[in-house]
Amino acid sequence: MNFYYSQDRAPIMEALERMKRARLVPFDVPGHKRGRGNPELRDFLGSRCLDVDVNSMKMLDNLCHPVSVIKEAEELAAQAFHAAHVFFMVGGTTSAVQAMVLTAVGRGDKIIMPRNVHRSAINALILCGAVPVYVNPQMDHNLGISLGMRVEEVKEAIRRHPDAKAVLVNNPTYYGICSNLREITKLAHEHGMMVLADEAHGTHFYFHDDLPVSAMDAGADMAAISMHKSGGSLTQSSMLLCGPNVQAGYVHQIINITQTTSGSYLLLSSLDISRRNLALHGKEIFSHVIDLVEYARDEINAIGDYYAYSRELVNGDSIFDFDVTKLSIFTRPIGLAGIEVYDLLRDEYDIQTEFGDIANILAYVSVGDRPKDIERLVAALAEIRRNYRKDSSKLLKAEYIDPIVACSPQQAFYAPKESLPIDKTAGRVCSEFVMCYPPGIPILAPGELITEEILTYIRYAKKKGCQMTGPEDMTIRNLNVMRSDGTKSLPSLM
Amino acid sequence: MELWFTEKHTPNVKFSIKVDRQLYSGQSEFQRIDVFDSKEFGRFLTLDGYMMLTEKDEFIYHEMITHVPMCVNPDAKNVLVIGGGDGGTVRELLRYPTIESIDLVEIDELVVEVCKKYLPQTAGCLGDPRIHIYYEDGLKFVRHAEDRYDLIIVDSTDPFGPGEGLFTKEFYGNCYKALHEDGIMVNQHESPFYPQDAYAMQRAHKRIVGSFPISRVYQAHIPTYPSGHWLFGFASKKYHPVHDVNWVRWNALGLKTRYYNTQLHAGAFALPNYVEEMLEDVEP
Repeated sequence: MNFYYSQDRAPIMEALERMKRARLVPFDVPGHKRGRGNPELRDFLGSRCLDVDVNSMKMLDNLCHPVSVIKEAEELAAQAFHAAHVFFMVGGTTSAVQAMVLTAVGRGDKIIMPRNVHRSAINALILCGAVPVYVNPQMDHNLGISLGMRVEEVKEAIRRHPDAKAVLVNNPTYYGICSNLREITKLAHEHGMMVLADEAHGTHFYFHDDLPVSAMDAGADMAAISMHKSGGSLTQSSMLLCGPNVQAGYVHQIINITQTTSGSYLLLSSLDISRRNLALHGKEIFSHVIDLVEYARDEINAIGDYYAYSRELVNGDSIFDFDVTKLSIFTRPIGLAGIEVYDLLRDEYDIQTEFGDIANILAYVSVGDRPKDIERLVAALAEIRRNYRKDSSKLLKAEYIDPIVACSPQQAFYAPKESLPIDKTAGRVCSEFVMCYPPGIPILAPGELITEEILTYIRYAKKKGCQMTGPEDMTIRNLNVMRSDGTKSLPSLM
Repeated sequence: MELWFTEKHTPNVKFSIKVDRQLYSGQSEFQRIDVFDSKEFGRFLTLDGYMMLTEKDEFIYHEMITHVPMCVNPDAKNVLVIGGGDGGTVRELLRYPTIESIDLVEIDELVVEVCKKYLPQTAGCLGDPRIHIYYEDGLKFVRHAEDRYDLIIVDSTDPFGPGEGLFTKEFYGNCYKALHEDGIMVNQHESPFYPQDAYAMQRAHKRIVGSFPISRVYQAHIPTYPSGHWLFGFASKKYHPVHDVNWVRWNALGLKTRYYNTQLHAGAFALPNYVEEMLEDVEP
């Protein structure tokens, strides 16, 4: 680290400012040439935006091989996030999660993970041919959400699969629930396994003492950080954090397999500026967010029926900690599925929340929110209860459906397959994903056995209006399954 | 030297008043507040550069937003005014000795302080014991009220800035809940003329129609507001604003008004065709 670089600097942004002052004549890509070649785009996005939509050049460094300003910005980020090394990512946190997984495991290797991982983690397994060992994330049967991994269950998975190479942990889940990351890390390291943390929803953990422990502080080896969620950077920008025992050079090679060679400077500068903002003001920013959410939670719980949950759920194990910035609201007591409340909020009250599942909605609250917006959300929820409340006994309770892994995701994905009407697929091995999006956690992943219970859940979620994604048939009437003649009977890996 | 206050009524239309002198300028937590003196309109108040009231024409707005609902239901005893920190609406309400209590909910305490100091014409009444002032978000206040008021007057700023939440479906729905079974809600309803104001007007109407069984719109001519053609919304659980009115009873009260009278009340609900069409467009 150059001694004169402190957290109030933003090397990439500063380099872009210098480039603008130099008034270069651009005989390089992009072809819009600072927007002059595409006036409609320039009018829509603004010339200040297009002025810095430029390609790698000497004064701006190169994301594929950072030696100057990108390297400096990454070093500043490493300092801010207590990491040994940071990689700026421009392919979303999906790319960061995949780089983590591809670094840790290869063909035939085992990786221990909870079933409620983001699809990007299982997609990485399709790419590399590693095999998941799922740990049952415990379920809160009342709220219908999956929780964290219990330490005992991780211990048991390690005992049964001592050859596993890595453990992946959500820190936190979409709903804000954290596993005992320190203990799991200690356990994994004792058995020579790497610890990977999906911190897509945990960027802010690094900047406030009243929030759960961050992956780097817990000793995890790698963490994928969605700076564009709570960190305030542009959509699709992300960061991959590495601890001291990770070969940064190897990670870099892995990233470069799939990462664009034309990394967007809009995204890179947004990471740089957001890191500076968080490093300088993170504590006050997240104090403000916590205050807003605590207020909203109290007011929503005072309406009646709704349950905006928080730290009281903490049980020392499957809910080791709770991220209080998450405003997750249990809606079933008013007789409406979360997705129904989500739709009413948008269609009737012009309020867009992050997602609704079958029993909850999540309102994403950030530094950009104002008290009057919180008032609108609370008032709209009160009105929905007054106007749309129904008998809640008919609603399906979500249960954790233990996946039966018949073969590796890669094997299933590339195997000979056939498309069957969804009702005729019970007992077959699925060769594609089925999920509600958001949150993008698979109901079925490639290689898993389809059961009647799973089909019931899919039909119910479709009926309630969940946006189902994943299958090749976008209407989800048909599912791809492995052809019976193409499947060698494989023992379950569970 | 010439000093002019200018407000853009659209990106292409300006409205200017020659200013004699500026009396006050301040920034609250919510907005910028300015008070000017002018030859033509007397003293006037602007919020974030938007005209709120002038001494010369405020009577039109304040009479029309209060006497119309009070004529429909002269028995109203408990009234809620949301916004209206300048005191003009409350001043008109206080002329009814039968009103027992007025809750005034203004989000910005500084507006009230500045008006008390510089605009006694409207704010001079704010010390009356029947008035209870609450400095909080109107949406939040009304959310906690149920079956409590005979009349709610929404004397808001425009639907951008601090008044944003007062043009929402959740707000109107909560007002419905806060009213008695024969309650009335009247609101500042923007203008039908310039497209941006007209859009806000249509949206507000759509949301009120969805919340109240009776929802009508009436008009007044207010020279210092964009286009001068301004609308009010009349929403009610029981009383129609023209058919269910005892005109004789209001006239017997003997209130002296400069703009409002009962014939004008009935006529104000007769709208230009293009305005009727805009309203019908968003009605179910």
